[in-house]
Amino acid sequence: MTVFLVIIVLALLAVTGWQISKIFQLSQRPDADTSQVANDKDNRLNGILMLAFVIFLYVITIYCFWEYGRFYLPEAASEHGGEYDTLMFISIALIMVVQIITQGLLHFFAFKYKGKKTNKALFYADNDKLEFIWTIIPVIVLAGLIIYGLFTWSDIMNINEEEDPMVIELYAYQFDWRARYSGEDNTLGKANVRFIEGVNQLGVDESDSYAMDDKVVTELHLPVGRPVVFKLRSQDVLHSAYFPFFRAQMNVVPGMITQFGFTPTITTEEMRESEYMVDKVKSVNEERNERNKELIAQGEPTLDTYEFDYFLLCNKICGQAHYNMQMKIIVESEEDFNAWLEEQPTFGSTMEDQNKDAEEPADAQEPASGEGEQETENAPQEDDAVAAVD
Amino acid sequence: MSAIANAPAHDHHDDHGHHHKETFITKYIFSTDHKMIAKQYLITGLIMGIVGIAMSILFRIQLAWPEQSFWVFEALLGDKWAPDGVMTPSMYLALVTIHGTIMVFFVLTAGLSGTFSNLLIPLQIGARDMASGFLNMVSYWLFFLSSVIMLSSLFVESGPAMAGWTIYPPLSALPQAISGSGTGMTLWLVSMAIFIASSLLGSLNYIVTVLNLRTAGMSMTRLPLTIWAFFVTAIIGVVSFPVLLSAALLLIMDRSFGTSFFLSDIFIQGEVLSHQGGSPVLFEHLFWFLGHPEVYIVLLPALGITSEIIATNSRKPIFGYRAMVASILAIAFLSTIVWGHHMFVSGMNPFLGSVFTFTTLLIAIPSAVKAFNYITTLWKGNLQMNPGMLFSIGLVSTFITGGLTGIILGDSTLDINVHDTYFVVAHFHLVMGISALYGLFAGVYHWFPKMFGRMMNKNLGYIHFWVTAVGAYGVFFPMHFIGIAGLPRRYYTNTNFPYFDDYADVNVIITVAAIITALVQLVFIYNFFSSIFFGKKAVQNPWKSNTLEWTTPVEHIHGNWPGKIPSVYRWAYDYSKTREDGEYVIPGQDFVPQTVPLQENEEELNH
Repeated sequence: MTVFLVIIVLALLAVTGWQISKIFQLSQRPDADTSQVANDKDNRLNGILMLAFVIFLYVITIYCFWEYGRFYLPEAASEHGGEYDTLMFISIALIMVVQIITQGLLHFFAFKYKGKKTNKALFYADNDKLEFIWTIIPVIVLAGLIIYGLFTWSDIMNINEEEDPMVIELYAYQFDWRARYSGEDNTLGKANVRFIEGVNQLGVDESDSYAMDDKVVTELHLPVGRPVVFKLRSQDVLHSAYFPFFRAQMNVVPGMITQFGFTPTITTEEMRESEYMVDKVKSVNEERNERNKELIAQGEPTLDTYEFDYFLLCNKICGQAHYNMQMKIIVESEEDFNAWLEEQPTFGSTMEDQNKDAEEPADAQEPASGEGEQETENAPQEDDAVAAVD
Repeated sequence: MSAIANAPAHDHHDDHGHHHKETFITKYIFSTDHKMIAKQYLITGLIMGIVGIAMSILFRIQLAWPEQSFWVFEALLGDKWAPDGVMTPSMYLALVTIHGTIMVFFVLTAGLSGTFSNLLIPLQIGARDMASGFLNMVSYWLFFLSSVIMLSSLFVESGPAMAGWTIYPPLSALPQAISGSGTGMTLWLVSMAIFIASSLLGSLNYIVTVLNLRTAGMSMTRLPLTIWAFFVTAIIGVVSFPVLLSAALLLIMDRSFGTSFFLSDIFIQGEVLSHQGGSPVLFEHLFWFLGHPEVYIVLLPALGITSEIIATNSRKPIFGYRAMVASILAIAFLSTIVWGHHMFVSGMNPFLGSVFTFTTLLIAIPSAVKAFNYITTLWKGNLQMNPGMLFSIGLVSTFITGGLTGIILGDSTLDINVHDTYFVVAHFHLVMGISALYGLFAGVYHWFPKMFGRMMNKNLGYIHFWVTAVGAYGVFFPMHFIGIAGLPRRYYTNTNFPYFDDYADVNVIITVAAIITALVQLVFIYNFFSSIFFGKKAVQNPWKSNTLEWTTPVEHIHGNWPGKIPSVYRWAYDYSKTREDGEYVIPGQDFVPQTVPLQENEEELNH
């Protein structure tokens, strides 16, 4: 309700402004200039406002950096993330310098050269030297940025097979994620949506021996310091696997397998204890407590206390519940990771269980139609990852 | 030259109809006169703009106060899409989708380019009308039809298109995936197909007119920059719009006729679809092959308008005319080879990402040249702060701010973590949305006297500009910061991620700024419509401008000039030009219209 009061007040203010301008118009002497073309008075007023405007721009910039700069993500939790952040800071610093200078000049000139009847403009149509200078400066600066950026890009995108990265499949569907670990052999079993049936939610090919030791889980655990490569597969529409804390993102495309690799460097525990996150969680919880007081007053269920966890989210519009398609990520020590992975059932054992009580269908989330089980054509191979379409 | 251009000059002053009778229908509805068609485009575009901006306010309210009940939702969206006044997630996506579509295509492509190309091309090159008045009329009516279809999709039972304005399949291809991909999406595609036809007819007409119907003396290097911009925009449109049409047609095939251009390996709602072998990435390529040039289709006319208005109101020639033309051409060329920067993380080969990073950052160079040239044009000018001028300066400001963040997004590495976040939203709204809207406003204030023979109220114009300028930055500047903090766009609410909780306040600020900015547009709408009827009568050349359109009479007549078409003897930017003795070329007058022959003692420049 207060919102609407605010809006109504603003609307009234707008009307007031307009009426005031009318009064000004009416109060002018009949011989006043009513041509609706700017006169010296308008030029002066708007010239000064131009100067005020650039000050406003500077103030809003400083305010945003001061107040919202802390929103920038915490220290990158992946190996390449540090490089990413450095490049980002260089770029931001560079564009802020250009922004401050050019906006300053633009608005200052608008103020300084505001028109007067008695003034004369300078006829100044061309200056090849000047134009050359401001063509060549962006060329040099951009060349530097391009080269730096491209080196980083190829570092990030080219997955080093020699480091023996752990292969994990991320499987996206409306509106959730699953992860499939490739097991001892570090090779994922073949899969295709045509195999989806019962508990085999990911459509893994039962006849593929690589598939037996695969492990399908709902929560992504990663060992710290070990390179991982994600093979991304979608069941239905486009999704995008976005790992903001790891500076990683790749679309998930039905019909092909895309990939992205990184090495996590900070465990969940370490991140929780970092100064950044302690402050952040504190401020989030303070707000949540405030909100809870209201909720209690209204007799509604309260919000849980927030504890930080890494998350993976969907970042490509994928349907109505797109806004809540997330998966928890836990980065932990190698030992903890191994212990956890040990507990997870393999695909082979899950299928055995299902086959045992075949008459009683398992509680699969998405009952398959049963059609097409034998259609093995075109099951995508792991190694056509990141195939360029052209 | 066409018959129209050579039509004998009648004296139309007192009588419009001595060779054919003009009825209401031929004059106001099925008119073939470019000036009337321009007005039709403008008013249709403004109406679509009101719808598009109103939608943005609705979803901004949802973002600031998620899942709360508002009577305005209930009133506008109804029980189905806002039960108890709470907007549904589907409706949120629908609003986002249709807002994007309407603003990009219907307001900033047709409303901006359609209006000013039609109005100014014949008037500024010295032609009696477009090369084909009939095609021009067909172009407008196809646009009108596509607008009606797009708006009608809002009333479909399963809802309008909801897959984002980029309509990536499979989401847009499968009604099982989201309800808007049923009839709503069909109507979207039909509407866009008609829109593209309209745009192509218009563009071909503009190109032919500029090439063939220039008056005597109007060489290409004497064209005002507006015409250069419209001309090149039309070329980009002809090159890229057909590709979108092909994408739309293939999508229609996939949706309705069982083909698999974009679909493969899909399991949805408990069944496997028979589609096999297609790729959504192919669609992305086709879409962005139009989609990126589209940014320049939107922006170049605005920059052309700005060039003209800044020069006129600075009482100075535009600085570096040739560099400006070269920049337009360079931008146009590069714009067709940068589309892949929308797809760095689409699964496309990373090597292609490198190539597109390179071409994308190249495009920053001509853009920078343009910005510097505008600033230099202001330097030592005698700036006349008319509302059109304010919006032009505002355009340069938002073009710089928005353009600079493009350096981050165009860098494939940096794009990884800001792709599809609010950072992108902030970037493109400033650089193409707000900038192009400023261009539209600047053009309307500047050429209103030419269109309607009356002046718009300047004080209302000042209020409109200053509130909009502050409001637009208020909306989009903070948005960069929540984007760079990892907040994805197109989320119905962020409350499922407690991590994002402390950005909620920023969303409230943005929404309040958006509401204020939207409300102040009502001042413009009022000013526009009341000035049509009650504005002060305009003089022939209110801004003391050099270009040919100001040599026509205030009253519109068929064929534009009552007598012979004027000849041109100079470029369009002889403002404040002096003779050797320091006096203006025409004593006592700081401008020399293009129709004035070279004077004695006057040094001719390259043009």
